[in-house]
Amino acid sequence: MMDQLALDVAHLFAGGLVLVSFMLLYQDRMTGIVNTFALHALVVSLSVAWQAYIQHAPHLYITAAIALVVKAVVIPIALHRIIVQLGIHRTIETVVGIGVTMLGGIGLVALSIMVMLPITAEAGTLAREDLAFALSVVLLGLLMMISRRNAVSQVIGFMSIENGLILAATGAKGMPLVVEISVAFSILIALIVIGVFLFRIRERFDTVDVHALHEHRGGRP
Amino acid sequence: MAVVLDALVQLGQMLVVLALAPLLAGYVRMVKARLLRRQGPPVVQPYRDLLRLLRKEAVLAHNASWVFRATPYLVFATTWVAAALVPTFASGLVVSAAADMIAIVALLGSARFMLALAGLDVGTSFGGIGSSREMMIASLAEPAMLMVVFTLSLLAGSTQLSSIAAFMQGPGIGLRVSLALALVGLTMVAIAENARIPVDNPATHLELTMVHEAMILEYSGRHLALIEAASHLKLLLYVSVIACVFVPWGIAASGQGFAAYLIGLTLYAVKLAAGGFLLAVFETAIAKMRVFRVSDFLGAALMLGFLATLLLFVSRVA
Amino acid sequence: MALEALLWCAAALLGTSAAVVAAARHRAASASVYGVALGATVIAMVVAAWFLLADRPLADALLLPVGLPWLGAHFRLDALAAFFLLVVNLGGAAASLYGLGYGRHEEAPARVLPFFPAFLAGMNLVVLADDAFTFLFTWEFMSLSSWALVMAHHRRPGNAAAGYIYLLMASLGTLALLLAFGVLAGPAGGYAFDSMREAAPSARVSGTVLALALVGAGSKAGLVPLHVWLPLAHPAAPSHVSALMSGVMTKVAVYGFVRVVFDLLGEPSWWWGALVTLLGGVTAVMGVLYALMQHDLKRLLAYHTVENIGIIFIGLGLALAFQANAMHAAAALALTAALFHVFNHSVFKSLLFFGAGAVLVRTGERDMEQLGGLIHRMPYTAFAFLVGSAAISALPPFNGFVSEWLTFQAILLSPALPQWSLKFLVPAIGALLALSAALAAACFVKAFGVTFLGRPRSQAARDATEADAWSLAAMFVFVALCLVAGILPGYFIDALSPVTQALVGAHVPRQEELSWLMIVPIAESRSSYNGLMLFAFIVLAAWSATYVIHRWASAATRRSPPWDCGFPDASPVTQYTAGSFTQPIRRVFGSLVFRAREEVHIPPPGDMRAARLHVRLRDVPWDVLYVPTAALVGFAADHLNKMQFLTIRAYLTLVFGALVVLLMVLGIWQ
Repeated sequence: MMDQLALDVAHLFAGGLVLVSFMLLYQDRMTGIVNTFALHALVVSLSVAWQAYIQHAPHLYITAAIALVVKAVVIPIALHRIIVQLGIHRTIETVVGIGVTMLGGIGLVALSIMVMLPITAEAGTLAREDLAFALSVVLLGLLMMISRRNAVSQVIGFMSIENGLILAATGAKGMPLVVEISVAFSILIALIVIGVFLFRIRERFDTVDVHALHEHRGGRP
Repeated sequence: MAVVLDALVQLGQMLVVLALAPLLAGYVRMVKARLLRRQGPPVVQPYRDLLRLLRKEAVLAHNASWVFRATPYLVFATTWVAAALVPTFASGLVVSAAADMIAIVALLGSARFMLALAGLDVGTSFGGIGSSREMMIASLAEPAMLMVVFTLSLLAGSTQLSSIAAFMQGPGIGLRVSLALALVGLTMVAIAENARIPVDNPATHLELTMVHEAMILEYSGRHLALIEAASHLKLLLYVSVIACVFVPWGIAASGQGFAAYLIGLTLYAVKLAAGGFLLAVFETAIAKMRVFRVSDFLGAALMLGFLATLLLFVSRVA
Repeated sequence: MALEALLWCAAALLGTSAAVVAAARHRAASASVYGVALGATVIAMVVAAWFLLADRPLADALLLPVGLPWLGAHFRLDALAAFFLLVVNLGGAAASLYGLGYGRHEEAPARVLPFFPAFLAGMNLVVLADDAFTFLFTWEFMSLSSWALVMAHHRRPGNAAAGYIYLLMASLGTLALLLAFGVLAGPAGGYAFDSMREAAPSARVSGTVLALALVGAGSKAGLVPLHVWLPLAHPAAPSHVSALMSGVMTKVAVYGFVRVVFDLLGEPSWWWGALVTLLGGVTAVMGVLYALMQHDLKRLLAYHTVENIGIIFIGLGLALAFQANAMHAAAALALTAALFHVFNHSVFKSLLFFGAGAVLVRTGERDMEQLGGLIHRMPYTAFAFLVGSAAISALPPFNGFVSEWLTFQAILLSPALPQWSLKFLVPAIGALLALSAALAAACFVKAFGVTFLGRPRSQAARDATEADAWSLAAMFVFVALCLVAGILPGYFIDALSPVTQALVGAHVPRQEELSWLMIVPIAESRSSYNGLMLFAFIVLAAWSATYVIHRWASAATRRSPPWDCGFPDASPVTQYTAGSFTQPIRRVFGSLVFRAREEVHIPPPGDMRAARLHVRLRDVPWDVLYVPTAALVGFAADHLNKMQFLTIRAYLTLVFGALVVLLMVLGIWQ
């Protein structure tokens, strides 16, 4: 019974992560998206901590702590400061309406279930569905990146893809700590680079709207 | 003998529901006031309001038709019957075999249909604005509610609320993702259907923010009292449904004796108080959405319900 | 014997039609034609009901020596035919009753009276036909007589175009059905339905026949994207004919589909169910969204028919899917839900068209934006229309709710289906069905509220008078039926069990033994519904509230001008119109589905012209499917036209070329 409860709680965390990914798609304000991403990272760290508990793998606690500190605290604070310094307090413009984006999100969840469940036929049912949920989180992050016109939201979509991968990796019993540290550092570096780029883009063009940047791309007749 | 006892329990349920509904509304109002550091009206104020309104004469517009006059009684009757079908302190109700959750959703839909017609009856623009916004909200909230009903019925193997409550109390349930999604979806629908912040403000009379209040703008006297009572009953119904499905412990099964009913009643009062408190905190913490954001909100509820149903269709453990 | 009686009724209708061709202008012609039609349809309805309820296991067959010499004309009366005959003749009888009053206002009786009984006869004969030739002949006869009725007022703007499109789509449908029967008959040429039943076609053949039947019967029923003729043709006809076309002829099309797919084709494959359910779901949502955008009352009702046909096809598709997986009990439930909805829809759609017809005759207006306040001028019509609106919005305790409830129960049985695409498709269809039900309620709040409630928006609305007694009688018969079918659905479900037993080999458990008149479609522990008890409770609660309040509180009323937040507003122009009522829904759904765009032109200050609001909608199937096809046909016709003007030498070259090519083919093939 305890075993079943443990698996159920892990499954609940995976489903909760999908739910928070949908919440990310739903946001239409900059601060909302950063705060929801903090929640996203919190859920991932809780899920990894639970996996550490039930798998008796103490190094995963460190992974959870890194996810919590770096992604749920440091990066959101940094992003809030970037938003304030760049002076972007706007709403996020979407390519199609939020309703259509969420409908597409449902389609992606159905797609990942359809792909994952037959492939992993040997494993236990809950593990298969956790993998399907992890794939959904990755796809929803990608959807967020392509359906927003704003560079900050694309950065956050990229990081939520990372969270989905962490969910998949920890669910499948074990990921070496060294990989996690390198991944986390690469994220941090990517963030710094992107932040620098955003500063320069804004200095140049007075906006970070990707659509506006597109018109200045070279190579068009 | 058992039949007579069951009938008495059913009657008791109907009276309990009718008696507690204004109390719940008054309690939510009091908690909101205290959170805003106001004294607030006393908890029994809704009872006083209803009595006052009942004693007044009803003022009707010159061109109000019989639809306008009959609607308050029909709305009250359908909402009361729907509320009587939800197990509160006892399940195995006599009438529960007559209507299941889909019928409850449809009964609330009938009430809304009549109320929207009454809004259009007098021929003012306020009634029109209320009716048209209410039907837009309903066109998304009702399917979302039905998706939640589907999720619960697929899990419990029945659409009857008593069977669902009994299943939720049983051992086979565990923690399920689709139940969590259904809970979130149901809460969102309940907020929209009861005209609470962030969808509608039950305390406002500004024309551009009204939905429910705009439809009933022309009502007065006993008609208004019946409609107010019906909206209190609707709030009680939704809180009871959430309590009965997600927190079902304490509901007495049929024929368990008087002590079990008493325990059920006490626990039910506790659940109502907890639900009312959470609602008041939520309403105080969040701002009202603009009207066309409501469709995104309810679209999200529909998506969550649909996702929960989809998970149950494709797998047996989600 | 029952079959002969029904054929005599059809013959009587045809005879009346022939007789009145000469005498249409006579004073008593209208009354006698509708009277005879009423009598014949009532007799046919009684015979069909007796056959269905008498639980006779065998079918009644007859072979008449008319038609093709080597085939004859086969007619057959079995449970399915009896049920659809009941639906057809019920609608026909009510339309005839309505026509006794409505026909007095007909301005061109010579164009309507000869074709009305012919239309009824055609529909009856289609249901009775038992071989391909008779079926197609009577199907075309039905289409042509209804086309003649659509063209009755051909000088009105838009009617001629509507008739043209109707004729095109009807021809397309008949062609598809012709091909379907040809494929089914096979190389041996067994055109009688009995020989088609015996033959066991391969899966590919069956699939082709299903697709052709979907095009053929579906275009007549109104499946998206073949629905475009329906909202043009149905409103153009006189109102009782519109009721027949929407309420009854679409059901004959459903009958055609059920007969071909369930009866003649044998064992279905699972993807048939997926395809039909998908088409049904899309049709349901698109139909109601189109209906919401309309402000012509009859066009709104016609688009709504499309939605209900979608709901029927969802039930049929589920039945096919269950049948393909050998889940016969579930298939019986889905089929019962679909057929019960067939009955219910014919009842309430006819009722609504009768009401719209009464409004049209009394005010001369079909546009809702010119009406309003009619509940005071036409109280009985308003009450009947209200009951019809409540029934079609699937509100308890009326009949629309019961068939929707049964469809939902069938959907809830679907997780047992093993195919993956069905597991993803069916919940999506369930969501679409729920969405269309909620939107239907919004649509009818608009239709009833803008037309009958509020204040009159034009002089015509101010001067309206109540409809005549015959029209009201027809409407109130259906009002009673809506309530009865909603409160006592068990009897109707039991009446359908011989039909489902014949088609899918199982039936829903007998309802008549159940206590308290409730219905239990699957098992008591699963779900049950008791319309009578619910109705009794609602009435009791309302009555007790009224009594308690009037006795112990106050019963006083006072009349005064409307409150309206303190604005004294005399002009009825300021109340909500149909377009403004649907603006939120149009903005939420229409901007996606129809690319709905609103433009407001406000003249600058000082200019005394009125401001204008334009709403632009794009009909996607029309733009994507029909306009390019028409352009292609026009292009091909223009280029082929050149062949009319060739020289003699060119024609000889063509003949020579054809001869050479055929000889080459012969040579290579050997």
